[in-house]
Amino acid sequence: MAKVTFIQFSGDQNTVDVDTGVSVMKAAIDNLVPGIDADCGGECSCATCHVLVSDEWVEKTGGAGEQENSMLDLNPDREANSRLSCQITMSEDLDGLVVKLPEFQY
Amino acid sequence: MSEANNSDDNILDPWEIPLDGSFNVAQPQLFQQDAQWGYFERLRSEAPIHLCEESEFGPYWSVTKYKDIMSVDTNHQVFSSEGGITIGDQDEDFQLPMFIAMDPPKHDDQRRVVSPVVAPMNLAKLESTIRTRAAGLLDALPVGEEIDWVDNISIELTTQMLATLFDFPFEDRRKLTRWSDVATASPETGLIESEEQRREELIECLTVFTEIFKDRQKNPGENDLITMLAHGESTRDLLDRPMEYLGNLILLIVGGNDTTRNSISGGVLALNENPDQYRKLKENPRLIPNMVPEIIRWQTPLAHMRRRAIEDIELGGQQIKAGDKVVMWYVSGNRDGEAIESPNDFIIDRAKPRQHLSFGFGIHRCMGNRLGEMQLKIVWEEILKRFETVEVVGEPSRVYSTFVKGYTHLPVVLHPKK
Repeated sequence: MAKVTFIQFSGDQNTVDVDTGVSVMKAAIDNLVPGIDADCGGECSCATCHVLVSDEWVEKTGGAGEQENSMLDLNPDREANSRLSCQITMSEDLDGLVVKLPEFQY
Repeated sequence: MSEANNSDDNILDPWEIPLDGSFNVAQPQLFQQDAQWGYFERLRSEAPIHLCEESEFGPYWSVTKYKDIMSVDTNHQVFSSEGGITIGDQDEDFQLPMFIAMDPPKHDDQRRVVSPVVAPMNLAKLESTIRTRAAGLLDALPVGEEIDWVDNISIELTTQMLATLFDFPFEDRRKLTRWSDVATASPETGLIESEEQRREELIECLTVFTEIFKDRQKNPGENDLITMLAHGESTRDLLDRPMEYLGNLILLIVGGNDTTRNSISGGVLALNENPDQYRKLKENPRLIPNMVPEIIRWQTPLAHMRRRAIEDIELGGQQIKAGDKVVMWYVSGNRDGEAIESPNDFIIDRAKPRQHLSFGFGIHRCMGNRLGEMQLKIVWEEILKRFETVEVVGEPSRVYSTFVKGYTHLPVVLHPKK
């Protein structure tokens, strides 16, 4: 198990326990954390699970992959620390991960 | 209104004909008669990646299962959009470049310019305008007598919306409807008499919008699409490339028009065919946000998108060659029982209703998806406030097209709330 904290655009926080091997997107959906749409169900092809990785975690989560980048590129709100949460898999290393949610999913 | 095999004399039973290179689902009359379902069912179960060797659109591959469609849609490196995204090719003498029919990087540059207009932040500003206009329209409708839902509501509402997005002269807004129809119509529909007439009307569209573009260069509006194009880095010189300007206008006009229009009509039809769902909705209007994506799945207002392979590739055991046309039948994938539970049922409180193919996936995913959803949500909220039922009182007439899946006429009677 590992913990991940979602910080809503409003500032509200939700911390949930997830099994390692599960994506951050799925952690949000399974725990009814608002702010993640995940229209495509984790195929890296809709960009509606956009999160901003908290600065101290950017190195550990790593950068976006090629397909992920091409999807993120279409988002006018993209930041340097933007990721699609379906592409971040929880591991012991990421226990305590903090991600912020954008105001809107596109 | 049955979705089972159509018994019309001209339509062959899809289970009785040979499933070889002559099996052709891309016949506009099938869609016009709502008789395509059995053809897709057979393809999904016996030949999910199928080559039709001869059709009015030339040879093409049909991709009919949800997962396979997803894998084609997300592989833009191999399955190119360059040159066209519908099964029919563009008139060679009248090519309209548009960003939906481009590959990266040009696609990305141009899409980025216009996507903010339909971004959620901008939509929030538009919501009250849309609601006021929808309310006004619904209030003015005659109750207790037969009217055409397509013309009175679906077309009028989407056209008003489009005029708002372009900041187009409001009194001339039906021109937008006309251009949208003309752009996708084939001469067989009777809407236009010839390709020549289509060109003439679309050139008129370009002329009108060229004046608007020039005006917005000097007098920028607040957040309309033409102002964005006239000042966007990669589009401000669009007037030097008039056909590309026209192509992108048509993309935005068709994209924002046919799709929403036919989903508004489709919702009325779906609820009438499923009275238990209509009852559920009236008892609990809070289901509207969940029902909206279900309507969009059930209707699938664009039946397909087309790609062209730019290298040889194997897909589901079939060898696709460089240069082949590949058609992703969204209308079929949205009824694939392996991806969607009870896919032929219309269920307004379905779990994960947004997992459907109607908007496409990957870099060409519909950029107006949230706008379309918002329009449908508002329409249904305003309908439920006013009417006990919108009753369908006759058979709908459907569009003659393998691309636009929709209605030309839907007779209804409005019953006001007691």
